[in-house]
Amino acid sequence: MAESKKTLLRFTTTGSVDDGKSTLIGRLLYETKSIFEDQFAAVEKTSKKRGQEEADLALLLDGLAAEREQGITIDVAYRYFETTNRKFIIADTPGHEQYTRNMITGASTAELAIILVDARNGVMTQSKRHGFLVSLLQIPHMIVAVNKMDLVDYSQQVYDDIVDEYKRFSQKLDIHDITFIPVSALKGDNVVERSPNMPWYDGFTLLHYLENVHVMADKNLIDFRFPVQYVVRPHLDFRGYAGMVVSGTISPGEKVLALPSGKTSSVKEVVTYDSNLKEAFASQSVVLTLNDEIDVSRGDMIVRKNNLPTVSNHFEAILCWMDEKPFSLKTHYILKHTSRSVKASVSKLNYRINVNTLHREQADTFHLNEIGRVEITTSQPLFFDSYKSNQATGSFILIDPVTNLTAAAGMIRGPVKELDEVIRIAHQDEHGRRHSSNVTWQGQTISQEARELRNGHKAAVLWLTGYSGAGKSTVAKALEKKLFDTGCQTMLLDGDNIRHGLCGDLGFSEKDRNENIRRVSEVAKLFYENGRIVLCTFISPLKTQRNFARSIIPEGRFFEIFVRCDLSVCKRRDPKGLYKKADRGEIKDFTGVSSPYEEPGNPEITVETDLRSVDEIVEEIIDKLIEAKILEH
Amino acid sequence: MQPTADMQKQNAGSYDLVYLKQLESESIHIMREVVAEFKNPVMLYSVGKDSSVMLRLAQKAFYPGKIPFPLMHVDTGYKFPEMYEFRDNYCKEIGANLIVERNEEWIEKGAHPTRLGNDKCCWYLKTQGLLEGLRKHEFDAAFGGARRDEEKSRAKERIFSLRDEFGQWDPKNQRPELWNIYNARINDGQSVRVFPLSNWTEFDIWTYIKVENIPIVPLYFARERKVVERKGILIPVYSIDTVDPDSKVDVSESEITTMSCRFRSLGCIPCTGAIPSTAHTIDEILAEVAAAKKSERENRVIDLTSDSSMEQKKKEGYF
Repeated sequence: MAESKKTLLRFTTTGSVDDGKSTLIGRLLYETKSIFEDQFAAVEKTSKKRGQEEADLALLLDGLAAEREQGITIDVAYRYFETTNRKFIIADTPGHEQYTRNMITGASTAELAIILVDARNGVMTQSKRHGFLVSLLQIPHMIVAVNKMDLVDYSQQVYDDIVDEYKRFSQKLDIHDITFIPVSALKGDNVVERSPNMPWYDGFTLLHYLENVHVMADKNLIDFRFPVQYVVRPHLDFRGYAGMVVSGTISPGEKVLALPSGKTSSVKEVVTYDSNLKEAFASQSVVLTLNDEIDVSRGDMIVRKNNLPTVSNHFEAILCWMDEKPFSLKTHYILKHTSRSVKASVSKLNYRINVNTLHREQADTFHLNEIGRVEITTSQPLFFDSYKSNQATGSFILIDPVTNLTAAAGMIRGPVKELDEVIRIAHQDEHGRRHSSNVTWQGQTISQEARELRNGHKAAVLWLTGYSGAGKSTVAKALEKKLFDTGCQTMLLDGDNIRHGLCGDLGFSEKDRNENIRRVSEVAKLFYENGRIVLCTFISPLKTQRNFARSIIPEGRFFEIFVRCDLSVCKRRDPKGLYKKADRGEIKDFTGVSSPYEEPGNPEITVETDLRSVDEIVEEIIDKLIEAKILEH
Repeated sequence: MQPTADMQKQNAGSYDLVYLKQLESESIHIMREVVAEFKNPVMLYSVGKDSSVMLRLAQKAFYPGKIPFPLMHVDTGYKFPEMYEFRDNYCKEIGANLIVERNEEWIEKGAHPTRLGNDKCCWYLKTQGLLEGLRKHEFDAAFGGARRDEEKSRAKERIFSLRDEFGQWDPKNQRPELWNIYNARINDGQSVRVFPLSNWTEFDIWTYIKVENIPIVPLYFARERKVVERKGILIPVYSIDTVDPDSKVDVSESEITTMSCRFRSLGCIPCTGAIPSTAHTIDEILAEVAAAKKSERENRVIDLTSDSSMEQKKKEGYF
């Protein structure tokens, strides 16, 4: 293939110390003839000096004297190799927990991540942490390379167990494409050549996968975003805006709008040194000229008139802390987002994520390498999208204003639910404080606040989860009756009913069950915004499903109610005869029989239907809602 | 003919950007960030092939405007005559603003690798010359053509490389660099070396020179040259006085051979050897580079003084 037609793949590799990462990269470089004789000779010489018999390929990768001394990777190194149809850039990142920031540095530009797992050790905490970071950074493709297969006699059982365990774990994560490959980096099995030692494996070799994985499809070609980097003004007759099309496409003649001014014009020319283009698309650096003289400067963003990003100075984000100096609520950091730098402060720290257990923890600061969710307020509005939908306009860095060090990497989740703001301000007004706030709940003529005032209670989502037969529907019906009788506006969303209509097209595969929950969550949110107390009864066996519902409802308004009942009791009750069918194998993926149920870790309310009566349980829940100020006494 | 993005799109029926165009686009993005955020940037121009590519990228980044920063050549006095000639002609042709800086004090003292040792000579003529040049003109950002594939410590280098007031690099304490968001903020006295070619390889450079038809110093092409071999390195006879100014090394007529050779990378004459080659065209050079069994800097004496000689130089302020 002609050089000029090759495509580029950037990937990152990570694994724990001694998982064989350096050996794997060394193998890829060696097999693609990317190691030069003189470089190899230097490695051999140093290896000999140290008393090692074979050339230690890790020496080739550890570029710093300190790394060679200690035999560990401290910082990211970049490696290059190519095959006949692709050029590859490897960000070789350290796996140690204390180097999380360096791993994120290397992973932030990657389109694919290889996580190495040592077949002898199985899935370790570190392997899970790496998976979490891949999910967090939304790297589109992930390969779990189960390495050192030669040391476990190329056992299919060992491989299958690791794959099963990792798959179970990765269901909690937001990873869309995950591939497992059994390899021996040392011996070369399944790295470049198919291994005769593992005839039971019928997938691709590692290199074959790297050469063929389709990455351009991951690009956002819909939302045109053009952050202006620099104004080119060589003479009075030319005024062009230099920048990179970070997503979407643009052609001459298209109507555009400049942010923050909101002024509109249309594109006159897409200028490059080589020629004017008929169309520019994501990742091209170009110069745009416009048909009208409107004021646009660095830090502004040119977008399509009918496809705007969110414009706000208050948003939620995930932060990865990267500075030795812990985060401080008092500091005004400098936030750099696309070509725009503004002052920013973290107005609220929601929680810290324990990267090893994936649990949320209460926290009032972040230390080096810690990750958590925050709300950020900026001095001027940013023009952004969520990181999930657009990496380029959803990412930012925080810079310490005193040391000028890069203090954190940030990924925007979305604007802060302004609803909370409305309610909080309404509250403060009750106490006599005046606020001239310009916060409005867009798209609704009647505010949720107004609805709640009329209803005489707050809106909330009560999410009842538990095994089939645990009593979710029974509890929910009795609870709804009680709420209705006391004058509350309610809505009951029941698993069975939903599947007759809204979700009638979905089956019971994991993917479909996730989609079922997603739709229900969004419907619950609409009724919630309508001021109602929404009762949802869904088995929702996975934490990720329930966490999704939780994530779209403001804090303090979402109540996870764990309807706990011993599985043996549920089976005895078996109100719909489903357990019997599942036991006979007539129903696939039945929670509690053939698919798992993840108990809530920290539900707002737990009720036990095998110990208490329905009336007692309803009273219990009502008390909690009063305590949480959803209902009045 | 250079494949434009449009052509490629038609060919592939998609929005795939071929890798050279992608590298080009990223380098342009980097250059624009630097010019927008620093007060006084400069481009280090060493007259080599990487410099030539970097210069073309700068022309593209600011087109139809001119390159908005000067070029600075740190001259040791030991460059090949062809390099000086090329430098002056080419800069004039494209209208670039060229600054030449020399550490005159040590050039007059006759600093030379055989008198001071390679590392010391490099320190005075290159590193110190560079640092003084930057200080004199108060440059706060300097583009360099170094690439990560050149050498193992350079593989560790960020694109924006923070330097302290002495131009020193601290490899253990580099700023994290995320996505394509570059932190351009520095404290007084600090500066930044910017490497827009970080992700390019030697092969990419030559491919780009070919498709872009970029002029380069003729020393890169093979021709018959009279050479002698010293420590495995081929020295053209016409420059033997520069390599050995004190005539300590005997060169007998019988040692001199005429052979087809070229320079794979260019530095100071005393530290740069030729390699046997018959590559007369860029295509032939590309074929040679693709088949090379040795790395690009095999002919550079300065890299060979120890296992971490480049890292050490960079720590001291070399680019």
